[in-house]
Amino acid sequence: MKKLFAAAALAAALWSHPAGAAGEAPTPPAVDWSFNGLFGTFDRAQLQRGYQVYAEVCHSCHALKFMAFRNLQQIGFTPEQIAQLAGQFEVQDGPNDEGDMFMRPAKAADHMPSPFANEKAARFANNGAYPPDQSLIVEARKGGSDYIHALMIGYRDPPPEGVQLGDGMYFNEYFPGHQIAMAPPLSDGRVDYTDGTEATLDQQAKDVTAFLTWVAEPNLEQRKRMGVTVMLFLIVLTGMLYALKRHIWSDVKH
Amino acid sequence: MEAPTWKNPVIGWIDRRLPIFTMMQHDLVDYPTPKNLNYWWNFGSLAGIILVIMIATGVVLAMHYTPHVDYAFESVERIMRDVNYGWLLRYLHMNGASMFFIVVYIHMFRGLYYGSYKAPREVLWILGVFILLAMMATAFMGYVLPWGQMSFWGATVITNLFSAIPLVGEYIVTWLWGGFSVDNATLNRFFSLHYLMPFVIFALVFLHLVALHTSKSNNPLGIDVKGPQDTIPFTPYYTIKDMFGLGVFMIVYLGFVFFSPNFYGEPDNYIKANPMVTPAHIVPEWYFLPYYAILRAITFDIWFVPAKLLGVTAMFGSIIVLLFLPWLDRSPVRSARFRPIYKQFFWVFLANCFVLGYVGSKPAEGVWIPIGQAATAYYFAHFLIILPLLSFLERPKPLPASISAAVTPAGVGIPARSAAE
Repeated sequence: MKKLFAAAALAAALWSHPAGAAGEAPTPPAVDWSFNGLFGTFDRAQLQRGYQVYAEVCHSCHALKFMAFRNLQQIGFTPEQIAQLAGQFEVQDGPNDEGDMFMRPAKAADHMPSPFANEKAARFANNGAYPPDQSLIVEARKGGSDYIHALMIGYRDPPPEGVQLGDGMYFNEYFPGHQIAMAPPLSDGRVDYTDGTEATLDQQAKDVTAFLTWVAEPNLEQRKRMGVTVMLFLIVLTGMLYALKRHIWSDVKH
Repeated sequence: MEAPTWKNPVIGWIDRRLPIFTMMQHDLVDYPTPKNLNYWWNFGSLAGIILVIMIATGVVLAMHYTPHVDYAFESVERIMRDVNYGWLLRYLHMNGASMFFIVVYIHMFRGLYYGSYKAPREVLWILGVFILLAMMATAFMGYVLPWGQMSFWGATVITNLFSAIPLVGEYIVTWLWGGFSVDNATLNRFFSLHYLMPFVIFALVFLHLVALHTSKSNNPLGIDVKGPQDTIPFTPYYTIKDMFGLGVFMIVYLGFVFFSPNFYGEPDNYIKANPMVTPAHIVPEWYFLPYYAILRAITFDIWFVPAKLLGVTAMFGSIIVLLFLPWLDRSPVRSARFRPIYKQFFWVFLANCFVLGYVGSKPAEGVWIPIGQAATAYYFAHFLIILPLLSFLERPKPLPASISAAVTPAGVGIPARSAAE
């Protein structure tokens, strides 16, 4: 009987970790985001810094197709700033009167152009790996914002003893399986913040994650604000309905 | 039933030709309801209200949604970003589906506990099982529409179940798909049927209510209404009680919508469907997990019947068995309050359903396989062995003389308060 138990326990231990030697990724550290909690809001300055990190670093490989430049007004950029930021990117337009497609600077109404023409081009430029679109990356990963932040700061070079990395792969503590094809994108001073904030690795990681959280769910603030009002209304209404119920039922013996 | 006289001449004129006002008076106002219903009886009307919310939000979402494999995922994001309050509509609809199942499951377990499926309410119960089946079909097809990874792979796994049918299985799957894989044709027909099914549910709910108002509501004591002293009119007593229940429910429902809208969702469904990449771990929505566990519990062939066919049969059987419940449980006593042994088995059964749900969320490997098999066996044993045996072996407690005798403090002859608890 004991042997049976031991065998069952061993089997359970083996089977419950299909990744085996690769090991389970640790839980990402919880960051105290400004948008956490019932009353959470985005920090506009942080989102603007995050946009800078995305535009200067991430955009060289990752698309952001669901964000239009006009959306940037929500995070505090003025229409003039947006026209200037959009103008730094080129989008395809056309056909023109001669029937040709042509490139022109992006306008506020345009969506963020993809850095690659198609998936094949993206894979060819990235050692066979496909950098996913980042518009929904925060919602599409278990752990959300905490995970994306952890991934940015989770690189270990050299990798821990005994880990054999594949060709062109990097060791990341938080990536499932630990081998990630993305080179460490951020490092201290990778961008020069225009607002004078010191661009440490952690600061940039937090800023770009906050920005991507906003891109994934631009209505988060409105949702929570409306939610608080709705909850207060419902609590008062339900309290009144309860009082009314007690009153109406007061003549029933039950 | 004698028609009430209407003061308003217009209402009277219409009512003499089409008695909808008389019907409303009879079924929503005068309807004699046992006076001892507890809050577990709120969930029926709640389910009806959620159905209306789902249809209302769904109709508007359909105005902005594009059922095409190239645009479906993008159109949902467009709803989330560019449609006025589109995010609210979608979150209401998404979470509404989960709430619908929570409410209906509670409603069903209430029926199980208080014996609401027994004579004369067998047809009422059977209609309820059909409503559950229709809800499952609707929810499954609705989950495919956003065309995320779980949408696509969930649809692939579930439609493939039909290939287990001997001889014609493969043809049926091709017919369901409208092609040789889950693709645009599949998405289009699922959208069409997802729009149709709620109205089928609505019709079934109507019949469910006709049956209810014919055999009248059961009550926590499970005894028949003996006379007018046992009942109170539905309005105002139960209308206000249902309104209060609705308030509490909305706090929970909208709490999820506004503060944790993706709580019931899978992150993978925010990745656009990709037929070339299989997710590491395909799981259905939480409300299907117990059935998913039953489906995967059968890992062995029996004689010449392959495991897959057995699993599919067991999964559908787990719902079909409910149709026979009124004849499997032959105990004349309805309420578990007076059935000391059944009461305990009820709670074991409920716990077993949670175990099945948990197993369904785990990969089919290691200890989860024998646990899932044991829980599946117990699920069927509850209906096919335990209930029939209990009908004969259990000695129920004495029943109160009437509802009013049991719930009125000055009740006659019985320890009134304890019977009512």
